[in-house]
Amino acid sequence: MESVPEVLSEQRSNLPAGPAAIQVEDLSTGYQDDPVLEHVQLSVAPGSLVGLIGPNGSGKSTLFKTMTGLQPPWQGRVLINGQPGRPGPEVAYVPQTETVDWSFPVTVGQVVMMGRYPRLGFLRWPRKPDHKIVDHALEMVGMGGFKSRQIGQLSGGQRQRVFLARALAQEPSILLLDEPVSGVDATTQHQIFELLDHLCKDGVTTIVASHDLSCVAQRFDQVLLLNRTVHGFGPPEDVLTQDLLNRTFQSHLLLLRLGNRTFVVEDPDHFHHD
Amino acid sequence: MIDWLMEPLGYTFLLRGFVAAIMIGVICAVVGTFVVLKGMAFIGDALAHIAFTGIVVAFLAGFSFYIGALIAAVLAALGIGAVSQRTGISTDTSIGIFFSGIFAAGIVLMSLGIQTYTIDLFSYLFGDILSVRRDDLISIMILGGIVLGIILIFYKELLFVSFDPVVAESAGLPARKLQMLLLILLSVTVVVSVQAVGVVLVVAMIVTPSATAYLLTDRFGVMMALGALFGAMSAVGGFYVSYYADVPSGGAIVLVATLLFAIVAIIGPKRRNFWKLATVSPEPSQHQHPA
Ligand SMILES: Nc1ncnc2c1ncn2[C@@H]1O[C@H](COP(=O)(O)OP(=O)(O)O)[C@@H](O)[C@H]1O
Ligand SMILES: [Mg+2]
Repeated sequence: MESVPEVLSEQRSNLPAGPAAIQVEDLSTGYQDDPVLEHVQLSVAPGSLVGLIGPNGSGKSTLFKTMTGLQPPWQGRVLINGQPGRPGPEVAYVPQTETVDWSFPVTVGQVVMMGRYPRLGFLRWPRKPDHKIVDHALEMVGMGGFKSRQIGQLSGGQRQRVFLARALAQEPSILLLDEPVSGVDATTQHQIFELLDHLCKDGVTTIVASHDLSCVAQRFDQVLLLNRTVHGFGPPEDVLTQDLLNRTFQSHLLLLRLGNRTFVVEDPDHFHHD
Repeated sequence: MIDWLMEPLGYTFLLRGFVAAIMIGVICAVVGTFVVLKGMAFIGDALAHIAFTGIVVAFLAGFSFYIGALIAAVLAALGIGAVSQRTGISTDTSIGIFFSGIFAAGIVLMSLGIQTYTIDLFSYLFGDILSVRRDDLISIMILGGIVLGIILIFYKELLFVSFDPVVAESAGLPARKLQMLLLILLSVTVVVSVQAVGVVLVVAMIVTPSATAYLLTDRFGVMMALGALFGAMSAVGGFYVSYYADVPSGGAIVLVATLLFAIVAIIGPKRRNFWKLATVSPEPSQHQHPA
């Protein structure tokens, strides 16, 4: 039971040729002197839609920050499309909590256009193709009608969709969404997952952090269980086992399988601590 | 009325002051747009006071006041930038202690030095736009032009980094360097404006016209342009008040700017918003996400 789960090293046979979209090699990192991630080993094939699961404080956001290049590794490395990862438009990151000032005088259209800035470069102004990309990104998240709204005049879910649109405007090959569906209604959640499915078919590698296990079990072709290190990575049916979940969450969860659907609930007989 | 307006402009030295006032009003508001939105007013005030000590040292050592003020303010900006990026916590107290101490040293040095030097350092405390000399105007134009040029070059990037530094950095923009650049631009702006409005009121010249513009628009570029307009109007209005009422130009200019703000705040469309901005006051470094 204490051995590394075999799904970790399992490669799927239909894996496309060429380098992994994201390759994490023996990564350890943390803040000040406290390690948060230790010996994380991971290889994500291009076009995967991965659900990243772990309890609060398990290091999901930290893993994203190392993948974007915001958080330097203490040990090991992250390769993005075969190259050492550093901040850039290839990897689009939508943080868990936007710390922006909502009274800032920018419109929805301007915020999404910011996603174009790194690709434009200094002294180059947005042109017609950029405006088209922005419009398209807003359409994809269902915010087409809100382009000239000031950013503060939106609901929480609408703001999150605008930041998703900004990430799409970067035209990334990798998309990292940190708990994007918290605080979003069921319809919007459904739309976002439709959109993610669509993006993956276009070859965009997407990792979505979530602590909604039932949602992950149904929506993702691969699940990554994280708590300090990788506890499991592979198709939901292989990874979402009682044993691996309890190890990841250090608590007791019940797996319910109804037909081909999987539900995860807390075991009412055990005290759950986050 | 026309005669009244044209009279001071007939004198070359006053015309110089008039042109300098407009230039300073514009630069202050353009830089002030970032200062207002990022809650950097306190840093601007600190830089102005530190610049004053640089001016005193320049006089005592016998070199150009611009060089003294620039060195002092830019060094202080780099120091403040390093401290606030490293800790990520509120650095107001350490900045406050640091700048007051340096300003105090400037005041003491001024009192000691003023017996042997006839030049009135008092005018750098409260501003004297009517005493702008030819080479002062040239310095204002060159330094102001550089500040405006750099903001034009990095306009998009400064906007992105000001709005959302974390995502801007993750998308590949040099966020920390741009934030440092903003501090340096602020320090140059302070130095350029000190002669016109004085150390004590420089921060008002930077913040008030932009804050007035903020009340009128939801768009960043419009805020900057309107701010520049209000800044120029305040500077010109203050210029005439200073000339006819024979009061320090800093007080006159800032009084006009404050009046403009009061008028817009009372009759303008989004009164409440400003107070929200004033109380939220976002921190410049935002590298922590609550888990
Ligand atoms: N900026 C930071 N400074 C110090 N500690 C941090 C910082 N960000 C996160 N942590 C700590 O690192 C651990 C992992 O956090 P995080 O990656 O945000 O986890 P998750 O996203 O899974 O909730 C937590 O214990 C958290 O308190
Ligand atoms: Mg998190």
